[in-house]
Amino acid sequence: MASAVHQVTRAEAADTPPPEAVVVRFAGDSGDGMQLTGGQFTLSTALAGNDLSTFPDFPAEIRAPQGTTFGVSAFQINFGSRAIDTAGDQPDVLVAMNPAALKTNVGALKDGGLVIVDTGEFGPRNLAKAGYEASPLDDGSLARWQVLAFDISALTLESVKPFGLGNKEALRCKNMWTLGLALWMFDRDRQPIVDWLKSKFAKAPELAEANIAALNAGHAYGETAELTGPMKQHRIAAAPAAPGLYRTITGGEAISLGLVAGAQLADLPMFFGGYPITPASAILHHLSRLKEYGVTTFQAEDEIAAVCSAIGASYAGKLGVTSSSGPGIALKTEAIGLAIMTELPLVIVNSQRGGPSTGLPTKTEQSDLYQAVYGRNGDAPLPVIAARSPADAFDCAIEACRLATRFMTPVMLLTDGYIANAAEPWKVPDMSGYAPFPVAFLDHVPDGGFKPYARDENLARPWARPGTPGLLHRIGGIEKQDGSGNIDYAPANHQAMTNLRKAKIDGIAAHIPEQTVTLGDGEGRLAVVGWGSTFGPIHQAVRRARERGLSVDHVHVRHIWPLPTNLGDLLRRYERIIVPEMNAGQFKTVLRDQYLVDARSLAKVSGQPFRIAEIAAAIESALS
Amino acid sequence: MNEMTSVKTTVKDWETDQEVRWCPGCGDYAILKAVQRTLPDIGARPENTVFVSGIGCSSRFPYYMATYGFHTIHGRAPAIATGVKLANPDLDVWVITGDGDALSIGGNHTMHLLRRNLDCQILLFNNEIYGLTKGQYSPTSRVGTRSPSTPYGSVDRPASPCSFALGSGARFVARGIDVHKNLPSVLKAAYYHKGASFIEIFQNCIVYNDDVFAPFTAKANAAAGQVWLEDGQPMLFAGGTRGLALDPKALRLEMVDVVDGDWQAAGVIVHDQTNKGIAQMLIDMDNSAGFPVALGVIFNHPRPSYEREVVAQNEAAAKGKAPDLQKLVAQGQTWMVDKEPRAE
Repeated sequence: MASAVHQVTRAEAADTPPPEAVVVRFAGDSGDGMQLTGGQFTLSTALAGNDLSTFPDFPAEIRAPQGTTFGVSAFQINFGSRAIDTAGDQPDVLVAMNPAALKTNVGALKDGGLVIVDTGEFGPRNLAKAGYEASPLDDGSLARWQVLAFDISALTLESVKPFGLGNKEALRCKNMWTLGLALWMFDRDRQPIVDWLKSKFAKAPELAEANIAALNAGHAYGETAELTGPMKQHRIAAAPAAPGLYRTITGGEAISLGLVAGAQLADLPMFFGGYPITPASAILHHLSRLKEYGVTTFQAEDEIAAVCSAIGASYAGKLGVTSSSGPGIALKTEAIGLAIMTELPLVIVNSQRGGPSTGLPTKTEQSDLYQAVYGRNGDAPLPVIAARSPADAFDCAIEACRLATRFMTPVMLLTDGYIANAAEPWKVPDMSGYAPFPVAFLDHVPDGGFKPYARDENLARPWARPGTPGLLHRIGGIEKQDGSGNIDYAPANHQAMTNLRKAKIDGIAAHIPEQTVTLGDGEGRLAVVGWGSTFGPIHQAVRRARERGLSVDHVHVRHIWPLPTNLGDLLRRYERIIVPEMNAGQFKTVLRDQYLVDARSLAKVSGQPFRIAEIAAAIESALS
Repeated sequence: MNEMTSVKTTVKDWETDQEVRWCPGCGDYAILKAVQRTLPDIGARPENTVFVSGIGCSSRFPYYMATYGFHTIHGRAPAIATGVKLANPDLDVWVITGDGDALSIGGNHTMHLLRRNLDCQILLFNNEIYGLTKGQYSPTSRVGTRSPSTPYGSVDRPASPCSFALGSGARFVARGIDVHKNLPSVLKAAYYHKGASFIEIFQNCIVYNDDVFAPFTAKANAAAGQVWLEDGQPMLFAGGTRGLALDPKALRLEMVDVVDGDWQAAGVIVHDQTNKGIAQMLIDMDNSAGFPVALGVIFNHPRPSYEREVVAQNEAAAKGKAPDLQKLVAQGQTWMVDKEPRAE
């Protein structure tokens, strides 16, 4: 049944030392359940103690026409016995469930890598849909790789026969069969997946049993195939990790939990106004289940109402939060200006995606930095923070809540489609280690009378909630008189208030950590400066370059606005600066503007994260 | 409205020290007074009262009320008010808006606030013109309105605010006139209705659209041009000499003469404020075709309000679950690393 184009001999297999890290990509039709397969494989990887990073890559269409190349959904995971920072440049193993999945993914596979294909899907119809004139399994075009081709469809049907499912339902178990095989390949325990299937199909036990049977059959197939030759079992040792309790977490989950934690640390109930948008909706979904933490979620009629309701809630004394992606942030922009003018706390999460306009809804990009820092009418500054990874998003969300409440300002938290969907192991934090920052509402008339736009030492105005006797006041978007908050169009007042709003945000720089060199000694010739989710590939590329003796440091910036006070001096120590970004060079421009440094851009806007090799090449060329 | 204990206040207690900046003779002054007169009557508490407005002449209103106030951005007052009320359902929330603010740029939010039935009062000052931007025609302007942006007359048909509200699912729809003595009683009824209360107030813009409502508001036209509705009372106008009857075959209202006060004989119908079908017909009566304009509470049929249901659901979902942040961050499948497997 199995037919390998190139059969690795036992001797060849034995020659290969156990790899430190392996990259596996599952690819199939968007209806094949590849994301589910990937998610469960991730769980088993985490339970095996490997470090990992994932990259779900799926089409914008929910169910694109079957068998087409644009309907291919893929899930890549990089896992290993060392620290893993990226989802991996090139897969070692590709599981392709049909010709379209093979066609769109095999090019990324490492030379000599393993391709597993389901021959049951390689009929003339599917080959034609994928644009193959002849079957790639027969024409030698896959000679660069090891190919394991067998009829997964038939094997799945056979394995679930006893459960009397219809053909269509039976074939749906294919992904579990494949997962079973993958679990065998990496010597994984099936029990957690069995438990998950039982709970997922609690209401349809026959489906649970059928899927478990398929899982077991796939696993058994691996054992048998190993005896006959081509399959090989790998054992990846557990990665070094600090002792403690771990779980996997996606960016969407981490931001939600961070917001809840931030609101609790501020001692405030949270109000979340959202509107469905890819890839930000996950936050709305997570938070809507956390009522016991004082969270009210509101699915508004549009993005504008989502942010406005959050502003209204902040005015009334809750922590207002809204979230979206670039196009939705554009719609919220006028209201964000109102929050700046009325100086109310507000957290805005932007899960960036490919733009402009609708752009690439399911692909990642970092091209909303200008929008975050500059994108409003008037002189309208606000703090901007960027998360570097799913786990880091937790701390960034807490930081956003802290700045918003302490400085009475909207705060923009930037994440992206990659962080939102990707998963990584996360050491469960000890919440007692986070210093609370409880909000004190003004509840009495201060000496000298109540002034809605009085200033504290941080230039923040008091937060006086409706319902408080004695503190009646009116706020709005029209320019405010310094102190009283009354309408005031006087030229000198507008100048003074513009200066005040700017000084307040600039002053935040004194309340954030100084910039450190993320990797390196600060003595390198070249600084690779990054922000957001490019952290992983930059870090790996710099580490490898340093191992080869190159004079290069990694500087990762979390606080995009205001920037850390020492960043300029730090950057001026380097001869060269390159800024890899998934945009056309936005942060590079900010750095040039702020520090007059010769920062050079390494831009990538393909909707795909950077590969380590791309950054490695840029380091090489910058130092040559 | 909310169930906090009421307090005794006077009109003075609701006035601010801010200079009112509407044009002399603007209908807004009369509405401001009517509101300031209503609030003491209903025992409202200033610190518990929030006025939320959008942009336009009417939206300056909050600055003149000695309450909490939020002058927001164009069209978005309903959305901000929704956040305020959801965050603190004990507040009395009033939304002040205009025809352009509520039905043009903010039409979407108005519709959704009404269908959700958020407990608040929406006062829509309808002057059928954009005043603050100097006189362009608005979504309620009649066909043929000449304005700086329509020098040859407007071509598009106007929206009917009350019809829009009823169609959006509003459970309370009423009308008033800026200078009419009945306005406070309409405001009161709106306040006592739990849920979204929509009130269209015909407001004269003395500068850009003067006397546009004169065909039914001018002294000489008022009796025949206005029918003030009262629940359980016959729909009479013109000093009781005329009334509204229902033509059951054509399913439409018709005007009938009432002789010697015998409205029953004339077939005049009694106002049932919970009858949505009749409410629609009342709203649709065409003044230019000789019908009176329906005023007062046209429709009032309460249903549970949105924020109460949200609070109830939140409470039910949270019941029996103790918030534990440490547990929350450790949810899902976890694993323990006892010691470092190997040094890096």
